[in-house]
Amino acid sequence: MSDPVSALGLARFDGFATVQEIGPLGMISLRAGPEVKALAKAIKAAVGTGLPAPRRIVVAGDRAAGWMSPDEYLLVMPYADTEAAMAAISKTMGAEHHLAAVVSDARAVFDVTGGKADQVLRKLMPVDIGQMAPDELRRSRAAQVAAAFWAIDGGYRVVCFRSVAGYMMGLLTHSAQPGSELN
Amino acid sequence: MLILECPYCGVKADETELAPGYEAHLKRFGPSSSPEEFEAYMFARKNPKGVHFERWRHAYGCGKWFLAARDTATLEVFGTYPAQVGEPPAEIIAKIKAKRPDWKGFK
Amino acid sequence: MSTRLQKGGRLIDRSSAVEFTFNSKRMRGFQGDTLAAALLANDQMLVGRSFKYHRPRGIVASGAEEPNALINMGTGAQFAPNQRATTTELFAGLTARSQNHWPSLEMDIGVVNGLFARFLPAGFYYKTFIHPRAAWKHVFEPFIRQSAGLGQAPTEADGDRYEHAYAFCDILIAGGGIAGLQAALVAASSGARVMLLEQNAHWGGRAPVDGDLINGKPAEEWIKAVLEALGKMENVTMRSRCMVAGSYDHGYVLADENIADHTPGDGRPKHRLWRIRAGRIIAATGALERPLAFAGNDIPGVMLASAVRDYVVNYGVSAGDRTVLVTNNDDAYRTAIALREAGLEVPLIIDARAEVTGDLPAKARAMGIRITSGRAVVKVKGGARVSGVAIGLQAGEGAVLEEVVCDVVAMSGGWSPVVHLFSHCGGKLIWDDAQAHFRPDSARPPTNQDGASMVFAAGAANGALQGDAALADAGRVASNVVGELGLKTRGKLAKAVVCSEAAMEPVWVMPQGANTVLRAKMWLDFQNDVKVSDVQLAAREGYTSVEHAKRYTTLGMATDQGKLSNINGLAVLSGALNEPIPAVGTTTFRPPYTPVPLGALAGESRGEIFQPLRRTPMHAWHEAHAAYLEPVGLWRRAYCYPRGPETHEQAVHREILNTRANVGLLDASTLGKIVVKGPDAGRFLDMLYTNVMSNLPVGKCRYGLMCNEQGFLSDDGVVVRLSEDSWLCHTTTGGAERIHGWMEDWLQCEWWDWQVYTANVTEQYAQIAVAGPKARQLLEKLGGMDVSKESLPFMGFAEGTLAGLPVRVYRISFSGELSYEIAVAASQGLALWEKLIAAGADLGVQPYGTEAMHVMRAEKGFIMMGDETDGTVIPQDLNLGWAISKKKADYLGKRGQERTYLARPDRFKLAGFETLDGSVIPDGAYIIAEGVNANGQRNTQGRVTSTYHSPTLGRGIAMGLIVGGMDRLGDVVEFNTLPNGTVKARVVDPVFYDKEGEMQNV
Repeated sequence: MSDPVSALGLARFDGFATVQEIGPLGMISLRAGPEVKALAKAIKAAVGTGLPAPRRIVVAGDRAAGWMSPDEYLLVMPYADTEAAMAAISKTMGAEHHLAAVVSDARAVFDVTGGKADQVLRKLMPVDIGQMAPDELRRSRAAQVAAAFWAIDGGYRVVCFRSVAGYMMGLLTHSAQPGSELN
Repeated sequence: MLILECPYCGVKADETELAPGYEAHLKRFGPSSSPEEFEAYMFARKNPKGVHFERWRHAYGCGKWFLAARDTATLEVFGTYPAQVGEPPAEIIAKIKAKRPDWKGFK
Repeated sequence: MSTRLQKGGRLIDRSSAVEFTFNSKRMRGFQGDTLAAALLANDQMLVGRSFKYHRPRGIVASGAEEPNALINMGTGAQFAPNQRATTTELFAGLTARSQNHWPSLEMDIGVVNGLFARFLPAGFYYKTFIHPRAAWKHVFEPFIRQSAGLGQAPTEADGDRYEHAYAFCDILIAGGGIAGLQAALVAASSGARVMLLEQNAHWGGRAPVDGDLINGKPAEEWIKAVLEALGKMENVTMRSRCMVAGSYDHGYVLADENIADHTPGDGRPKHRLWRIRAGRIIAATGALERPLAFAGNDIPGVMLASAVRDYVVNYGVSAGDRTVLVTNNDDAYRTAIALREAGLEVPLIIDARAEVTGDLPAKARAMGIRITSGRAVVKVKGGARVSGVAIGLQAGEGAVLEEVVCDVVAMSGGWSPVVHLFSHCGGKLIWDDAQAHFRPDSARPPTNQDGASMVFAAGAANGALQGDAALADAGRVASNVVGELGLKTRGKLAKAVVCSEAAMEPVWVMPQGANTVLRAKMWLDFQNDVKVSDVQLAAREGYTSVEHAKRYTTLGMATDQGKLSNINGLAVLSGALNEPIPAVGTTTFRPPYTPVPLGALAGESRGEIFQPLRRTPMHAWHEAHAAYLEPVGLWRRAYCYPRGPETHEQAVHREILNTRANVGLLDASTLGKIVVKGPDAGRFLDMLYTNVMSNLPVGKCRYGLMCNEQGFLSDDGVVVRLSEDSWLCHTTTGGAERIHGWMEDWLQCEWWDWQVYTANVTEQYAQIAVAGPKARQLLEKLGGMDVSKESLPFMGFAEGTLAGLPVRVYRISFSGELSYEIAVAASQGLALWEKLIAAGADLGVQPYGTEAMHVMRAEKGFIMMGDETDGTVIPQDLNLGWAISKKKADYLGKRGQERTYLARPDRFKLAGFETLDGSVIPDGAYIIAEGVNANGQRNTQGRVTSTYHSPTLGRGIAMGLIVGGMDRLGDVVEFNTLPNGTVKARVVDPVFYDKEGEMQNV
């Protein structure tokens, strides 16, 4: 089997913040209502975290569970681990109504880091970043495409669809140009 | 440019994060319906100057459809609520009546 | 002449000289100058020509309201027309050119327009558009074309970068004068998030120029202290050079930050457009001085009194040696005093008021300046520059009592609050009789999403014109706003002491009884050449609504949007109509306050990131192999892969013949892929598709149609039964997001109690169609799973590996050949594609593009969404009745299809067409019928929907819709061709190739 490749081959730009494509990152979209008792167990089994509260992401090492909508969760893990996680979900959820789909390859992921990383995003997203909780996962748009992001050490992790990875890299590069700091 | 609070995720969403869905609380008329019922369902849309109920999708957010009660002239928003209801919640009706005493009501 | 004074200039740095050019002439200014100040310092009063008559135009103002001093800035990729010299900061190497003249600023041939002025009256365009037609074409248009346009269009792409930025605050304050600063202090003391934006490079507005005292000290000291205090507060953001352009619904505010206009080439973005959400907006936007309407008020050297004062105090520049002041208010006396203090001559102050009693006039008098009251400027003398004024009685008709030699006329007609931000979103104005201006009516403000007041005017913008009143008003307004947000203010309010002013008296025409000749020389709109006589003519011709009169005369429609002309113009209109000014009303204030560069509005959306471009995992391979890409939605798909000198048509034909003879590869990754799962998923899909999907066996594929509620076709694709409770729905490329949204809409809003989940996994997979008689051979060469007819029959699917990659393979065919569509994780898509290409080399494998796909499906008679459908076609029209379940009680579109008119026998229905001569029917051709319709056009009985040259059959083939459809088999009909011909075609079966399906089902 060939090595899986990220959309842009780990593109990087060093501006007033650093933009680094990472990946491929393992991701599973899990749809189930929070009222389903097995859900918390399934998430625990898949990524080892608790059930995230609305608009929050729970991180545990290189794994995480994020709240995407009232009946959708994003599970993050190393790329190679999705198969095992899917099996764990399937086993734990049993006959409970749910849908789990591997979406690792449908996404592109960028880490924007540096003391002013937030300013790169403030140029692109209609989001009041200053009022966000530290563990908030926010879904919005970056210029003309859908994007989700959350805080990581030293910056933010931004996720978008794979087909627009080049566009997103272009946006982040444009916004991180040296000399264009907001303050 | 509007701000509407998504009742599912609590985000005060910018209009550019939303997709519009026209009039809310339509009743679907299927195969056994009369031509008049079907015509009204398909084509007869309210277009009031004043209180209106409409559908919005938090398209760039949680992806959920929700409903909004809004004054089309002043753009005042009386409230947003989940889509899984047949008619507007009582507290929103009460709020509108308090703010718009002349309003003739939902029906 | 205008010149630099030896002393003074609070904003300039005399130790830092700056060189620039104006019309290629080298000039010198100082750091801190505006271009206008530097031009005046170099005795360049004449800076342009007016729009209509090409009259000489000089600098009138000192700020954003300037109508005349519009210049072409920069060269090449940095060129920008219509930049206001009064707000352009000087920098070394600045190149400016005057505009709207030919061949030169001093000698303009267009000025001949002036001789024809009587042929260009108000409503000129209205009148000439009506009649006579020939005159328009041969006389007016060539003439207007020569003189039309303001400035020049850039010839190169903009070489600068721009960007947007989003910001959020509780209280936004527009304007960094003393009122804005006071409001900011109050607002910030509450802990609220405050944004304070100032359009100029410097803070403090007019107070330092006017010499106000605040808290007992010069205003400048207070301003400095406030800026320091605000700068230390975490909850305050301050930006200068940031013009609040407009206020919009729900507290949305746009502001244009000029970052690098004055530092070109330093790598920073030129402008940044701020997209702000503000809880409340305080408009501390100040006031603008009004000109007076007297004959010759457009001659260079006639300036606003406040501007003359600004140039002396701020830049140490005198507009001229001898300045005559003409006024109807006390404030203008500050100019005379400032000029005299700078050692300049003020031979006379002409005051239209009968009684002049205030403190400021007294001070001027004490300085020895002569004041004449109850007087008017009858006319200004001079051509390209003021040479003197003729003076008469304000109450008279224009008899000249006296003439005075001067080179500057400083005029003041009073002040109008800048109400724009209050008005943009619906705030109403009231007429203030005492100050003769409109100001915001706080009882009728614009409201926000909660129905609460959204914009609050403060200071001069609220009609509190003098420093002390402005400061007090701003403190009061800001306290109110803080209270509305449920917060508390802290600290003491500053107080100002100013020289008191006596009442002004409105003067709209000077002198009041001026005759026609004089009124035809009184300019209201300097840029568009609208005079008092034009507005009066408009009123006589029936344009009595202010909005109509504006458009008829073009008053206030120039780039300055009537900042100087609107109030004067509507006062003249109200006079002509004999109605009070408030009854006539104002025109609508619309954003932006001053022009915003298009580059700033575009922001990052240029070049590569103008719009999102969607790429499949194999996109780079297609590009590397010379694919011609076509847009399909935001995707770019390979249309064909030309080799060497091949035309696109030749390439397409080669790709088709090779696929039919050997094997071809199509990148089908863009097809929509939606997983639908749950106990009610089957029932849900039965509602969504016209046919039954719930009984599709696990492991099988079925073609399905989706319709909207009106019954019209909306999308199609192959549905796959993955497991007992899950299906995979393929959609068209353009339909993926739309159909996923459609599914979610029904699940969330109609059938929310059904247990169904969907997931759009379109981009998770790369998908490759391997089609052609050697397709199976090719897959077998890759090795892995069994792809034999027995294990993987037509319309079946299987999971396994190919060349070591996990794949899902569908036996579906859109080409009519033996075909496998292989789904593989997107990150492995390129790897699989390259393995197929490599393994297929000796089988003759070639990639084929979307056009080959289109032709091959047309040869097979397969419909294409958007070709055979256009939103008015039901499946029955396309002979797809077999895909419509008769058993189902309901599906989306069923009721719509039951409408009687959709069963009419004269509906256009699908058939195939073959021209008798083998040619290709033109795209979009109609099938003509007997007779003509009510418009004299030929009747039609159908139209072509897909038409190609089929390389397989060596002739033109087509599908189309025709009355009677397949009942017309054998008929010969006529399609129209351009320009006036027709082509005969026979109605045939639309399946042109392999009618029995022997090729695909092997």
